[in-house]
Amino acid sequence: MSKQRKAVALISGGLDSLLAAKTIIDQGIYVEGINFFTGFCVEGHTHAIRKKDKATPKRNNALWSAEQLGIKLNIIDIIDEYKDVLINPKHGYGANMNPCLDCKVFMVHKAKEWIEENDFDFIITGEVIGQRPMSQRKDTMPVIAKESGADDLLLRPLCAKNLPITLPEREGWIDREKLHDFSGRTRKPQLALADEFGFEDFAQPAGGCCFLTDKSYSDKLVDLWTARGRKEYDLDDVMLLKVGRHIRPKKNFKLIVAREEGEVRFLQGYKKEFINMNCASHKGPLAMIDGEPSEEDLLLAAQLTARYGQGRDAEFVDVTIREKDGVERQVTVKPIKADQIPLQWMI
Amino acid sequence: MDDLGKNMAKEILNAKRLLCPLPVIRTQDKVKTMNAGDILEVICTDPGVMQDIPAWCRINGHKILETISTEMEYTIILQVA
Ligand code: SF4
Repeated sequence: MSKQRKAVALISGGLDSLLAAKTIIDQGIYVEGINFFTGFCVEGHTHAIRKKDKATPKRNNALWSAEQLGIKLNIIDIIDEYKDVLINPKHGYGANMNPCLDCKVFMVHKAKEWIEENDFDFIITGEVIGQRPMSQRKDTMPVIAKESGADDLLLRPLCAKNLPITLPEREGWIDREKLHDFSGRTRKPQLALADEFGFEDFAQPAGGCCFLTDKSYSDKLVDLWTARGRKEYDLDDVMLLKVGRHIRPKKNFKLIVAREEGEVRFLQGYKKEFINMNCASHKGPLAMIDGEPSEEDLLLAAQLTARYGQGRDAEFVDVTIREKDGVERQVTVKPIKADQIPLQWMI
Repeated sequence: MDDLGKNMAKEILNAKRLLCPLPVIRTQDKVKTMNAGDILEVICTDPGVMQDIPAWCRINGHKILETISTEMEYTIILQVA
């Protein structure tokens, strides 16, 4: 009896990786999924910090994909190792702060390590030639195979017929004829295949699965690095950039102002790490102060905090300023007017 | 209590303040160190766990024994397969 061959599928939670895995499962290969958590992944729950998104289903799309496929999913925390990919990408960034090519090389490399440790035979991804401008071009796809060290152990079932033959095809574990020849930006072949497989309700997030492709998020990340004078971050930074309105009146401090109740609740968890403030005389949001503000800066921050509360049109607003150790004091300030906030303060 | 009950370990995992999928990752890593039949209680603050940890358990065959939601916390008690 021939040996049961095993593949690991990179599962992002999107449609393409779902289809690629299903294509290989249908050829009798034992498949497990692997999903890498960089910290920048767009999760329903991260959005769910904000109340307005509560109507959308709170599901993790990678877990959902694995369940549809009936496969195990290994979710791997690569937050720390990923820093080097994001901070020093050999191939540079895409339209925003997305280092897609280096990211793919890194993930396939990690998958290669994983198959070696777990005695699997090859790796599959949902990549399609021409689908993405940076990492999924005809000239960059071989770079991923080569630089990751996966070489011909990397099979892309959705566009395999447009690429050189890989080891699983050559060895006859996989029938190349049953693989696909998708290319370009059109989604039609994927949608037709999803229909054929009977997949419904799959994720097709408009902004992709990664915050680094988002302009506003990338601007906040660059601002953070510029203010600190060095490219570094930790997980709290990554999370806080997803939440609230970010306003930087000066290089030495910025405000993170909650936009709604869900964000207030989330930011409350950081009260011991940041000076924070909220309106005392009127209803208003919680604001965290990141950086090293002077007393004068704190008064400006209080005026800004007052601007986003119900006292914005009042002559004076009382604002409670809370130190990291919980010691509170109150100041009375004039709320700043909208036209007094220079555009460049808004990150 | 039967023999299984006597040998069964019960552990608690604090996953408060973590946003999904980190509570799932921490649960996955903790379960790897436990034995079949052991009980794990995971305490979280991200409501997303109420969907994700049961989904992760279904995929991997672990059994959800109880889920508890309060205003600020979500607790999931599971039995390792
Ligand atoms: S979009 Fe994000 S996760 Fe996807 S390849 Fe690019 S950097 Fe990596």
